[in-house]
Amino acid sequence: MDYLDFEKPIQELEEQVAKARLIAEESNVDMTKTIKELERQIKTTRKKTYEDLTSWQRVQLSRHPQRPYTLAYIKSMTGGDFLELHGDRQVRDDKAMVGGWGMLDGQSVMFIGQQKGVNTKMRQFRNFGMSNPEGYRKALRLMKMAEKFNRPVVTLIDTPGAFPGLEAEERGQGEAIARNLMEMAVLKVPIICIVIGEGASGGALGIGVGDKVLMLENTWYSVISPESCSSILWRNWDHKEEAAEALKLTAKDMLSNKLIDGIIPEPLGGAHHDPEGMFKTVKTEILKQLDKLQTKDPQKRIEARIKKFSDMGSYA
Amino acid sequence: MGWFKRDKEGITTSTEEKKETPEGLWHKCPKCKVISSIEDHVNNYYVCGNCGHHNRINAREYFSILFDNGKYKELDKGLKSGDPLNFTDTKKYKDRYADAVKKTKINEAITTGTGKLDGHEVVIACMNFNFIGGSMGSVVGEKIARGLDLALKKELPFIMISKSGGARMMEAAFSLMQMAKTSAKIALMRENGLPYISVLTDPTTGGVTASFAMLGDINIAEPGALIGFAGPRVVKETIGKDLPEGFQTSEFLLEHGFLDFIVERKNMKSKLSQFLRMVKKSKS
Ligand SMILES: [Zn+2]
Repeated sequence: MDYLDFEKPIQELEEQVAKARLIAEESNVDMTKTIKELERQIKTTRKKTYEDLTSWQRVQLSRHPQRPYTLAYIKSMTGGDFLELHGDRQVRDDKAMVGGWGMLDGQSVMFIGQQKGVNTKMRQFRNFGMSNPEGYRKALRLMKMAEKFNRPVVTLIDTPGAFPGLEAEERGQGEAIARNLMEMAVLKVPIICIVIGEGASGGALGIGVGDKVLMLENTWYSVISPESCSSILWRNWDHKEEAAEALKLTAKDMLSNKLIDGIIPEPLGGAHHDPEGMFKTVKTEILKQLDKLQTKDPQKRIEARIKKFSDMGSYA
Repeated sequence: MGWFKRDKEGITTSTEEKKETPEGLWHKCPKCKVISSIEDHVNNYYVCGNCGHHNRINAREYFSILFDNGKYKELDKGLKSGDPLNFTDTKKYKDRYADAVKKTKINEAITTGTGKLDGHEVVIACMNFNFIGGSMGSVVGEKIARGLDLALKKELPFIMISKSGGARMMEAAFSLMQMAKTSAKIALMRENGLPYISVLTDPTTGGVTASFAMLGDINIAEPGALIGFAGPRVVKETIGKDLPEGFQTSEFLLEHGFLDFIVERKNMKSKLSQFLRMVKKSKS
């Protein structure tokens, strides 16, 4: 397990436990009491640490290298009954955007999401979860297929942003995202969007227009990353923590500003502490939301979706 | 072509335009540095007579060019940002905002109005770049949305003139969601068979490009405008080398298939009118 800077006290205690266990094993000394006491301390320290995380700490958790990514969610939730589909039919297959049909408790669902890599090689292969235009066009192709077969769409959002490359610009990154926003607004089938990690700007919103938009507890969603915000507004990188607070980018902030519809709780310490538990919680939530959404008339559902986004804003 | 005569009385020179030269009577082209009289500059649609550089202009100037006799009714004039996040960086957003209002003498980075364009009743939204970089906050999104609502209600075409650095960071996710809000309304224009025209002017970048600026039935641009999603500096950092000549210009976008055509400002009104005439609902 990788520890974040603010998790150091937990790390130290866990290392002490490991040491105590080793001593017990090697020298046959009874360490039960010591271990028990340390474990009690770990429990309270963990509770104290995770109870009141700062915005920046949640940003750190959302990027934890062991955090589960989109395909892990899909594979677990569908029990492996997942048919991955590829390509935008125009340029190529974008490895940073995945999608396909999956069976969720007896009903088929179109899953779409950004995919990050699990190791150095895969991170490059997945372009760090940053899609090119063809990723958004692939996503749209799959959404349209879902509409054709009258099946719901579930998107899992986890991106540090749309890829700002030269070819991405040549192939119309802006146009690709814009088109998705417009098409998702009027898609005839239910759409559930869940931020499972990073929700950075237009790159996230490009698969984020839904009837229900939910965020996992330790994720962030905003118009810009705290680092970039710091570098633009403060003109250096040192104000990322302040920027994270100012941007009101946590799930709690986003819900209180009525910019999302709900928060999905994570296991203590974050999704990576109990991925299977996390998958189960997310699956339960999706099924619950689908139940409600599917009973609605499609036209009413679209009207409600548009009204929800139309109401977002603050003016006097 | 009588319908493209300019009404001189309707043309006003903005104060910031005058300030560019100490005498207030001359305009110095930011590109070729050639000086011309303000009167000539205004009569030439704020375009440099020497090099053809299209100077950035605000809604007030653009409206005087597009609306017949420069006449229109402004919509939602008083709408101001509510500073939803009580945002502070090195400066309070509230103060930044008040300064911008004072400096530009306009209320926001966008102005919307309704009136006649060559006889066609239309709604036009035009962004004001000198108001916090033409950035898109709640008010920009809301004014476009309300303008589109009016167009939908009265079955009018909508013309969107973009000129923006993108999202307004000080409104964070509120700003982001304006992309979804405006795009959703544009979808309704499509469903109702009403024209939505996007005019991209220098510069159009970020979230504006990734929403309403790219969704026109026709996307058209002024010559030489910077248009892109990521800013050129960011792209340069990403690829680690210099950008090719002409990258992210109007001409580049036309070549790559994202614009229908490029039009000089002096021909903008006639081209818009021509399109509207072609797609007008046929009376049956
Ligand atoms: Zn010039």
